[in-house]
Amino acid sequence: MAERTRLAVVGAGPAGLAGALAAAARGVRVTLVDAAEQAGGQFFRRPAEAFAARRPPAPHPREHTWERLRDALDRYRAAGTVTHLTEHHVWCVERLPASRGFAVHALCGPAQEEGVTVRADAVLLATGGYERVLPFPGWTLPGVVTAGGAQAVLKGQLVLPGRTVVVAGTGPLLLPVAAGLAEAGARVAALVESAGPRALLRRAPALAGQPGKVAEGVHYAARLLRYGVRPLARHTVVEAHGADRLEAVTVAALDRGGRLAPGTARRVRCDALAVGHGLLPHTDLAETLGCALSGTDVRVDTEQRTDVPGVWAAGETTGVGGADLALAEGHIAGRSIAARLRGTAPDPRAWAVADRARTRLRAFAAALDAVYAPPSDWVDRMTDDTTVCRCEEVGAGRVREAVGALGAGDARSVKLLTRAGMGWCQGRMCGPAVAGLTGCPLTPGRRPFARPVPLGVLAGLPEPRPD
Amino acid sequence: MRLTCDVVVVGAGAVGAACALYAARAGLDVCVVDRGQVAGGTTGAGEGNLLVSDKAPGPELELALLSAGLWAGLADELGPAVEYEPKGGLVVAKTPGELSALHGLAERQRAAGVAAVRVGPRELAELEPHLSPGLAGGVLHPQDAQVMPALAAAHVIRASGARLHTGSNVTGVLRGRSGAVRGVRTARGDIHAPAVVNAAGTWGGELAALAGTHLPVLPRRGFVLVTEPLPRMVRHKVYAADYVADVASDSAALRTSPVVEGTSAGPVLIGASRERIGFDRALSLPAVRALAAGAIGLFPFLEPVRALRTYAGFRPYLPDHLPAIGPDPRVPGLLHACGHEGAGIGLATGTGRLIAQALTGEATELDLGPFRPDRFGAPGTSPATRGGQTP
Ligand SMILES: Cc1cc2nc3c(=O)[nH]c(=O)nc-3n(C[C@H](O)[C@H](O)[C@H](O)COP(=O)(O)OP(=O)(O)OC[C@H]3O[C@@H](n4cnc5c(N)ncnc54)[C@H](O)[C@@H]3O)c2cc1C
Ligand SMILES: Cc1cc2nc3c(=O)[nH]c(=O)nc-3n(C[C@H](O)[C@H](O)[C@H](O)COP(=O)(O)OP(=O)(O)OC[C@H]3O[C@@H](n4cnc5c(N)ncnc54)[C@H](O)[C@@H]3O)c2cc1C
Repeated sequence: MAERTRLAVVGAGPAGLAGALAAAARGVRVTLVDAAEQAGGQFFRRPAEAFAARRPPAPHPREHTWERLRDALDRYRAAGTVTHLTEHHVWCVERLPASRGFAVHALCGPAQEEGVTVRADAVLLATGGYERVLPFPGWTLPGVVTAGGAQAVLKGQLVLPGRTVVVAGTGPLLLPVAAGLAEAGARVAALVESAGPRALLRRAPALAGQPGKVAEGVHYAARLLRYGVRPLARHTVVEAHGADRLEAVTVAALDRGGRLAPGTARRVRCDALAVGHGLLPHTDLAETLGCALSGTDVRVDTEQRTDVPGVWAAGETTGVGGADLALAEGHIAGRSIAARLRGTAPDPRAWAVADRARTRLRAFAAALDAVYAPPSDWVDRMTDDTTVCRCEEVGAGRVREAVGALGAGDARSVKLLTRAGMGWCQGRMCGPAVAGLTGCPLTPGRRPFARPVPLGVLAGLPEPRPD
Repeated sequence: MRLTCDVVVVGAGAVGAACALYAARAGLDVCVVDRGQVAGGTTGAGEGNLLVSDKAPGPELELALLSAGLWAGLADELGPAVEYEPKGGLVVAKTPGELSALHGLAERQRAAGVAAVRVGPRELAELEPHLSPGLAGGVLHPQDAQVMPALAAAHVIRASGARLHTGSNVTGVLRGRSGAVRGVRTARGDIHAPAVVNAAGTWGGELAALAGTHLPVLPRRGFVLVTEPLPRMVRHKVYAADYVADVASDSAALRTSPVVEGTSAGPVLIGASRERIGFDRALSLPAVRALAAGAIGLFPFLEPVRALRTYAGFRPYLPDHLPAIGPDPRVPGLLHACGHEGAGIGLATGTGRLIAQALTGEATELDLGPFRPDRFGAPGTSPATRGGQTP
């Protein structure tokens, strides 16, 4: 089955929604394909109806923005301009030969076992990001979750990861995560941030350009204070302890160089640890299409076009920068697509407001990125038996051996010699740790299948047409 | 001039590794140089079948038999580390016509020293309980085995004791006034040696050109599908009889025949497509579609099983589908060990042994005539290929 549309948008988070709406407003027929049950992405994640009915969630800090997006989406869906395919996991976007456009291949059904293909003339990739995981001794104990995971479960199912929670790692997301957990009834035993307050001050000019954003941080910090939680800056979680599930963590201070300060370790009892070290962009679909990347981000021009004709990208996929940046980029992409599909060049003045926001927010994101760095000795603190690749159960010692004794020198050769990165998650989780242990920069892995695909679905793909 | 070592092997793939091992065991001081990492070339992008079953009698089969024996010997030393499994190959035929062709091949293979056992439909089900019903029959080849290619290359190099220089691109072959080889120039300095082994795989033609000679190695792309880990469902390496015809095919078009095997790590590997389209790494859904369909045809249980990944590699092939092995009479001191197409893992050990014998001046165990590197002539002249086929 191949439904045909003008524009396929992959991802219904802030970027994808803004793009779909901007294009639809200009008469483009859009198919919005998203893995989640409902639109909204990470930021506007809503509890499923059944959960929400039982226990209404706290209002979202950006309730207005969300209502505006949701209402517009409902309107265009009712008018038939936008088709929203929920619970559709895109495993590959294929560029068809002879400029016949694109085939977006997705999986749906209760076990993602059914194949669906959407044909489109243009594609907007708005697949967001995923969490960067940096292993440390004990991180695989039950009770240790990612900060984003904790928030997603809280937002989506209104469930807490534990009664007594430590939130740790680095990045601006730790504050809202801790505030959300505290407000939902968890005791936040500690909020542990490895960046120091001085680093923030040093970036003051770039941050001052974003009063709204800084205010957001202050707002979350104030909310936390109400629950007696004060962030511990320049500290880190050294180890998680427990027999068969988490019972406590060891927290220690970092010195000016970002290394462990001796004699500062102490134990904090908890039954959940939410760790986050920032996000990494999802680039699989773009990479398989042949789009150029810069570092770990999909590279785009001022219209959010990738270097593959017909493919746009917006939001976290093109660099991590928060929901407002994703909205601005998505909006620009949608307007560019509408013009380009008509065969005309867009007038950038039409999106001047979004353009200014984009410039400002990217500078802000770059400043934050420089502030929030993991402890400089995190690689050395992985013991040889610290699991690096969970899927294939590979410890740091095996990676060190492959590099030291077998001639591996990059993520691919480490993967071949240790199996780290060969399992279900295809190295998304262990990528940063393997890069750290190998001593090379993190490069996005090549993943032709963005999701595992049943062989029956592959075998059932339409026969290539000879034309 | 001070020599760095006795021999420089260019290429840290399976073939270079085996050359290093047997040369070192023959008493030579060896350096292995690679511009990438160990097994970063085709060795890390293929499968590790060590096959005699897919070869018709001739020089390649002789090399395969020599290699199979050497692999079995190495397995005593390195077996678990390289995931060596002497699991045997099972070739199946769908129709009585295919089956009689297969029996004919097996007969000729037996005469050449290959163990090949006819298998009826009922025994097929005993050997491979999950195989599709209704097949006409097959042939079991107990000598077929398997290794994990990247681990094999890495551990064989380590066992050789050779000095390994990764991240060192060879940019020139040093030659003396008489034209004889004097070593290689790399991005990280010169390495001086009286002998250079070209084990640069698919890039062997470029290395030959650096030495001022000609070897027409070309890429032949192949995709492999890797499934989620499963309990052992496929016991042998199982492939369809039409695969035999494909290997020797001269067609540039995509040809796919299902080759299905379990691995000790759990995933089932499905390979391998063959097409000549240069070094294009882009995912080809038609290729993986055909692989998946073929595999399900053999093993229906695979239908709901998920493919976790797919990858492509570029087999190094020469116009007559035989590798180039041995001294290059045009450039004294240069030896070639490349162009093994879809069998370079299997043929690596025999190739390494022959190269070591050529280096030390011993009589080689096999006649190197069919593998002569100068058999293609200079570019532009009519190549002396078997049957005169050109790619
Ligand atoms: C824990 C956490 C807290 C945050 N808190 C804040 C905050 O307080 N303030 C702020 O500004 N930002 C915050 N953010 C960041 C914010 O969520 C993101 O910046 C924003 O959501 C990015 O929007 P996006 O549209 O690029 O991606 P996302 O919102 O991530 O949306 C991507 C969508 O694509 C879908 N998708 C991905 N891959 C596929 C596929 N292969 N097939 C089908 N669908 C796919 C996903 O299901 C998802 O719906 C937070 C993020 C996290 C993780
Ligand atoms: C999909 C697929 C499936 C396959 N399945 C099998 C199988 O089941 N069994 C089997 O036996 N074979 C199989 N093969 C074939 C096998 O992989 C190859 O024949 C074999 O890997 C070739 O090994 P090699 O050492 O010659 O080349 P490579 O592994 O490619 O090594 C050559 C090395 O030379 C290096 N190099 C090149 N130029 C330079 C330079 N100028 N300076 C420095 N270094 C250089 C490269 O970096 C590379 O590491 C398969 C191949 C493919 C693609």
